[in-house]
Amino acid sequence: MEEDVAAHVRDQVDAIYRSESRRVLATLIRLLGDFDLAEEGLHDAFVAAVEQWGETGIPANPRAWLISTGRFKAIDRLRRSERFESADGAILDRLQATEMPDQAEEGVEDDRLRLIFTCCHTALSPDAQIALTLREVCGLTTEEVAHAFLTPPPTLAQRIVRAKGKIRDARIPYEIPSRSDLAARLASVLHVIYLVFNEGYLASSGATLTRADLAGEAIRLGRLLVELLPEPEAMGLLALMLLHEARHSSRTTPAGEMILLEDQDRSLWNRAQIEEGVELVESALASHRFGPYTLQAAIAAVHAEASRAATTDWPQIVGLYDVLLRADPSPVIELNRAAAIAMRDGPEAGLSLIDAILVRGDLLEYHLAHAARADLCRRLGRPSEAITAYQRALELATLEPERRFITRRLAELHESRSVS
Amino acid sequence: MKYLCLIYDNEKEWAKFPKDVQDKYMGEYMAFGDSIKKSGQYVGGSQLRPTSAATVVRSRNGKVSTTDGPYAETKEQLGGYYLIEAKDLNDAIQVAARIPSARSGSIEVRPLVEHASA
Repeated sequence: MEEDVAAHVRDQVDAIYRSESRRVLATLIRLLGDFDLAEEGLHDAFVAAVEQWGETGIPANPRAWLISTGRFKAIDRLRRSERFESADGAILDRLQATEMPDQAEEGVEDDRLRLIFTCCHTALSPDAQIALTLREVCGLTTEEVAHAFLTPPPTLAQRIVRAKGKIRDARIPYEIPSRSDLAARLASVLHVIYLVFNEGYLASSGATLTRADLAGEAIRLGRLLVELLPEPEAMGLLALMLLHEARHSSRTTPAGEMILLEDQDRSLWNRAQIEEGVELVESALASHRFGPYTLQAAIAAVHAEASRAATTDWPQIVGLYDVLLRADPSPVIELNRAAAIAMRDGPEAGLSLIDAILVRGDLLEYHLAHAARADLCRRLGRPSEAITAYQRALELATLEPERRFITRRLAELHESRSVS
Repeated sequence: MKYLCLIYDNEKEWAKFPKDVQDKYMGEYMAFGDSIKKSGQYVGGSQLRPTSAATVVRSRNGKVSTTDGPYAETKEQLGGYYLIEAKDLNDAIQVAARIPSARSGSIEVRPLVEHASA
């Protein structure tokens, strides 16, 4: 019987850990002013919960209990610390001077935002921003993050230690940026989330499972951000991720071969994710304060809304690329626009645009530029040019499924030439 | 907290500027200096003579050696510095971004070590 109670408490503590630990940590970092101390406090608080809640029952407000216990345990740790360093002394003095605020758990959502903005501060290296965000905001273990990014765990642990050191030493503040800074700082948060998503989305084979989890983790982060800070571009990014993720199961064959958008089985697309994505795009567009993520999501939404590839609204997609190119000029977007124009006006029109980009010297090392050129030559019935371009694409491509796809196309072209 | 803002810029370019451009630049520096003195963030600062006037000193096993100039030719050289008082890194970045050379060169922002007894 007693064992049953203990097991029951442990289950509940586990559930509370899953739902509350990141919130409690975010608030403890604010109260304690130190990441490591807050993590130790969080750990101690949950150990205490497992020990005490069996006897006292689960408190009415577990979050407030955990925050106050975590803070107390952290101060206790500092006091008992034998190697009493001057830095710890300064923290202790400050902590003892300020009483525990009565409503410490109020503003918890603001603390979560503070944590996100601090982890994604551009004074940290991009690698460190990603590692720290996954570790502190998402609660992944160091081993999980290391595994997902194919980095040795000690390297990743070192990266996190260094980042925390910089936050402490350079005094990166634990705050939500002011209005004037918000746009630039939000851009760096969105960038980190997008990098995490792409790492999960673009990778395939090998450690497939863990890397697919990264896409899910990025979407969770995107949702959290929209909930805490419903800015149009945050909605745009979440929409973009949902609309891409909706096509997840149709992007590859069971054997892991790549399937192009136009050949995908659209009945496999996740309707719920598409609906949510489209709704977010519409809200973001209605704000008139949207940017590149929203525009890319709008393009993905047009694709998602076509029941067959043949009914895709290419004029609208070209129009969206025109706006995107003005908002965020880049040769890659120019390339995508050229591909859309090829669909609207025919391969010849697209090909001359792609050639103009390549002649300028941009994208010469980008495999997709050569693959796009090859595809248009193929459609125009110019197989030898198509073969040359696919060969160049193959030299530059690194992802295995893409390489296999190009190889198949090359084989088809050689075959059709020998037949004719 | 004190931050040292190290101003890196291309001193050769600077020397090539016509007089009126240099004056305009100096005017901007004067205005910037005044603004951080007014806000109470100015602790110290100075323009440096060009790297051609620099000497590198080393002491090894009691033997002092001096060599001419900085270690290596680089595109941007340390041309001056401000020592500022700022609440935190964001505050310091805001100040550093207003240093005129932030637009042409770059500013390295380094927190000073603070001793508990100081």
